Amino acid sequence: MNYVVEADNLRKTFGAFTAVDGITFRARRGECFGILGPNGAGKTSTIRMIYGFSPLSGGSLRVLGEDVTRRRSLRRAKYRIGVCQQENNLDPELSVLQNLEVFASYFDIAASKAAGKAFELLQFIALENRRDTPIPELSGGLMRRLVLARALINEPDLLILDEPTTGLDPQSRHQLWERLEGLRAGGLSILLTTHYMEEASRLCDRLIIMDHGRILVEGSPRDLIREYAGKDIIEVGEPGEELRAFVRDRGLRHDDLGHRIIIYCDERDRLYRELSGRCGRDGCILRTATLEDVFLKLTGRELRE
Amino acid sequence: MNTTPGLRISHRYLRVWRRNVVVYRKTWRVSFLPPLLEPLLYILAFGYGLSALVGEVAWRGASVSYVAFIAPALLCIAMMYNSFFETTYGSFVRMYYQKTFDAMLATPLYLEDIIAGEIVWGATKAVIATAIMQAILTLFGLIRYPEGLLILPLSFLAGFAFASIGMFFTAVVKHIDLFNLPIFLFVTPMFLFGGTFFPLETLPGWAQTVAWILPLTHLVELSRAAGFGLLDGALLWHVLYLAVFSALSFPLALVRMRSRLIK
Repeated sequence: MNYVVEADNLRKTFGAFTAVDGITFRARRGECFGILGPNGAGKTSTIRMIYGFSPLSGGSLRVLGEDVTRRRSLRRAKYRIGVCQQENNLDPELSVLQNLEVFASYFDIAASKAAGKAFELLQFIALENRRDTPIPELSGGLMRRLVLARALINEPDLLILDEPTTGLDPQSRHQLWERLEGLRAGGLSILLTTHYMEEASRLCDRLIIMDHGRILVEGSPRDLIREYAGKDIIEVGEPGEELRAFVRDRGLRHDDLGHRIIIYCDERDRLYRELSGRCGRDGCILRTATLEDVFLKLTGRELRE
Repeated sequence: MNTTPGLRISHRYLRVWRRNVVVYRKTWRVSFLPPLLEPLLYILAFGYGLSALVGEVAWRGASVSYVAFIAPALLCIAMMYNSFFETTYGSFVRMYYQKTFDAMLATPLYLEDIIAGEIVWGATKAVIATAIMQAILTLFGLIRYPEGLLILPLSFLAGFAFASIGMFFTAVVKHIDLFNLPIFLFVTPMFLFGGTFFPLETLPGWAQTVAWILPLTHLVELSRAAGFGLLDGALLWHVLYLAVFSALSFPLALVRMRSRLIK
């Protein structure tokens, strides 16, 4: 079996509202697969169906080869999945170590084995010296690391991360990324939702970008950037009429945001030199195209609720 | 297309129960105090204070001291409070504020296992409180044995009934403050009028009828009979009442909880 997730025409509706509108995708064994999208795109609804939190409204879904619409197969799959949910829902009435041990019991892991595994995981997240600390005394970053450790207690075949670094400071975020990269290098299959493009570029082998419950594009970060944003970006602040005319006449791919023009280009130096003479007082910036450019281009720039 | 699980509960409910035991053991010294001290306070207040006014009470042909009259009822109130408050405030905090159920749902546990574990834990708390209180009351010679031993299994049944109906309220209230409503309309009337502090017969007929609709009245009747050693076959009707009450409120709690949490 080469796929950890096989979704076909997957749907989720809440009354009249369609959160996931018939999406089809495959996540391969051993890869980190990303689900990206603005708020309300249907990421969390999708991922919740995958780990058995929400029943499907339509379509079919196999996780680790199990048909999750059937209760028994879903339970089998749940034994082999580790989940980091969006909220830090650690058990505040238990200590750091107890959080891991009690969670292990939900997976029918014997207490003696759980204790060893828990200690190993505390070392992995560098919390072994705080095993008796009450949860409310942990910082946000430490809580997040503990949530990750908890998701690994059953030695899962699939790790599901729902916005794992939302609300973390840069230090904590990089700490978490390093650990996730370690896990990925060890061959663990990972499914990740995020709206940090840097995170997706760094971690994901392949990803989909969703909006309004549908998949807009699918591919590796590098391919998506090349296809939708080109190699480089020139950003011009406060562009004048002359520059706009130049961009139009040359037929350059661009987005005009009023106070700023974003030009997608492949022959950076020549165009940059030509442009820099025409730029207004705010000048222009030449930079490498990123996944964020792709994301904003595909999902638009207007605010989401 | 939808998974439509029935009321299928697996042995895994014991994991949820055990999680609550682990938490309870962290604070057991504090948790043990109320059931230990409460009966002493009641005996002091009612036994020495109120008894002087009340004197003896007639119950099923016997004449008993007022303290002896209320002692089995105090156990019943403890059963009700310990289980009902566990699955209302306790479970609501775990479900709503701590998101403990959400975390559990990402494991092999299903909602049915979680709710059953919580309810059985509520019943367990009723048993623990009853056992401690009963030990104290026994020291004062207020419980007759061996019949009095029946109060312990009774406390589990009663705890299960009150925990189930408590969980139903947890599934339907929007906010934690709204528990005041079932407490004011359901629990407090039982506490006062369930044959606890005075014999039911002193109430007007219609009020007696209302009292017999409520579970605590049946529980007090059973507990008093066991505590006094006055057992007879008619008591089985009260057991049946509590069993039916549980058999209705337990699935009701599960169904309402499912429609609240499974989205």
